[in-house]
Amino acid sequence: MKVWLTALIALLCSGLALALGAAMLALPEFVVRLPGQVTANLVDSGVAHPVTAVLLNFRGYDTLLEVAVLLLALLGVFALSHHASGHAHPSAPAHPVLQTLAQLLAPLMVLVAGYLLWVGAHAPGGAFQAGAVLAAAGVLLGLAGLLPAWAQPGVLLRGGLALGLLVFLAVAVAGLPQGELLHYPPALAGALILLVEAGLTLSIGLTLAGLYLASAGWRQ
Amino acid sequence: MTPALAFDLLLIAALLWSAARALTIADVFHAVVLFIVFGLLMALAWARLSAPDIALAEAAIGAGLTGALLLDAIGHLRAKRREPEQ
Amino acid sequence: MSAALLYALAGAALFAIGLAGLLLQPHLLRKILAFNILGSGAFLILVGLGQRDGTADPVPQAMVLTGIVVAIAATALALALARQLLDLTGQMRLPEDRPDAEPVDD
Repeated sequence: MKVWLTALIALLCSGLALALGAAMLALPEFVVRLPGQVTANLVDSGVAHPVTAVLLNFRGYDTLLEVAVLLLALLGVFALSHHASGHAHPSAPAHPVLQTLAQLLAPLMVLVAGYLLWVGAHAPGGAFQAGAVLAAAGVLLGLAGLLPAWAQPGVLLRGGLALGLLVFLAVAVAGLPQGELLHYPPALAGALILLVEAGLTLSIGLTLAGLYLASAGWRQ
Repeated sequence: MTPALAFDLLLIAALLWSAARALTIADVFHAVVLFIVFGLLMALAWARLSAPDIALAEAAIGAGLTGALLLDAIGHLRAKRREPEQ
Repeated sequence: MSAALLYALAGAALFAIGLAGLLLQPHLLRKILAFNILGSGAFLILVGLGQRDGTADPVPQAMVLTGIVVAIAATALALALARQLLDLTGQMRLPEDRPDAEPVDD
C-alpha cells in the first residue's frame, strides 16, 4: 500500500514538473518590460545599482514587511528556546585556536560588512549581504564562546535587534505628510537609503546570528 | 554546444542530483552536507543568471547560515540519542 | 532557448523534487531540507522566466533576495519547533508518521 502511494506521489510530482516545463516553453513574448522602467527612474531613486533601488525604494514596502517577518521569526525562536533550557547539556569549552581565530577574523568580517553596505549603492552588495556577513561573524564568535549575552538578552541587544525595523518605520512614516507611506524626497533619497540600510545591516546581522545562537543548543 | 551551454547543463545536473540525493540518502548528516553543497551550487547558478546580489546572499544565508542551523539541529539530535532513556 | 529558460526548467524540476520529498519523507529534518529545495526551485523559476530573453531584470532579483531571507527565517522557526518536538517526544517524526516501535536511530 505504502509503495503504491509513494509511486503515485512521485508520478504526480513528475507530471507537475512536466506541466510547468511545457507552460514555460509556451510562454509568449514579453508585454511589459520592467528593466527599462527601472533604468529610466534610477536617477531619481538615490542609488546607482538597480537591484538596491528596487529593494529599498521602488519596492521598499516589501523590504519593510520582510524585516518585520524576520523579527517575528526570532521572537518565535526565543519563545521556544526558553522551554528547552532544562535539557541543556553544557557545551565543551572552546578550543583556544578557535578563539584566537575568531578574535582575528571578527573585526575583518565587520570591515567587509561595512564595505558591502557602502558599495551597495553602486555595485552588487547592500544591507542583506552585509547583514549576512555580520551574522556569520556573530555565529563564529558564538561558537568560540565569546558571546555570552545571548543567553539572557539585555536591553542593548534587544535595542539593536529592533533598530533596523524602527529606523525603516520612522523613515516610512516621515514620508506620510507628502501624501504616501515610504516616500523619499528625491534630493534626500540617497542619504535616507543609506540610513535605512545601516540600521537594516545591524538588525539583520543580529537577527540572523540570533536565529542560530538562541536555539536550544546554546543555553550556557 | 558552446562552453557556456555545457557548463549550464553540468551545473543543472549537479543541482538536481545533489537535491535528489540530499532527500534520499540514509544518514541525515550526509543529507545536510549535500544540502550545503546544493546551496553553493545555487550560488553558482545565480552568478550565471547575472544576479550577483542573489549569489552573495545565497552563499552566505542559504548555504552558510541555513547549513549551520541544520548542523546544530543534528548535533542536538545526536546528543539526545546518546542520553540514557528515562 | 536561452540559458535563463534552461534554469527556469531546472527550477521546475527542483520544485517537483522538493515537493515529493516534503510529502514522502517522514523525518522532520528532511522535510525542512525539502522545503528549502522547494523554495530554491521557485526562486530559479522567478528569475529564469523574468530574464528569458537574456537581459538582467532587477525586480525579480530583488524579490528573490527577499525570499531567501524569509526562507531562512521560516527554516529557523521550523527547526526550533522540530527540536521542541524532539525534546517532548524523543522523536524527530510526527506522531502519526512513526511506528509504535522504539525510536529509530537517525
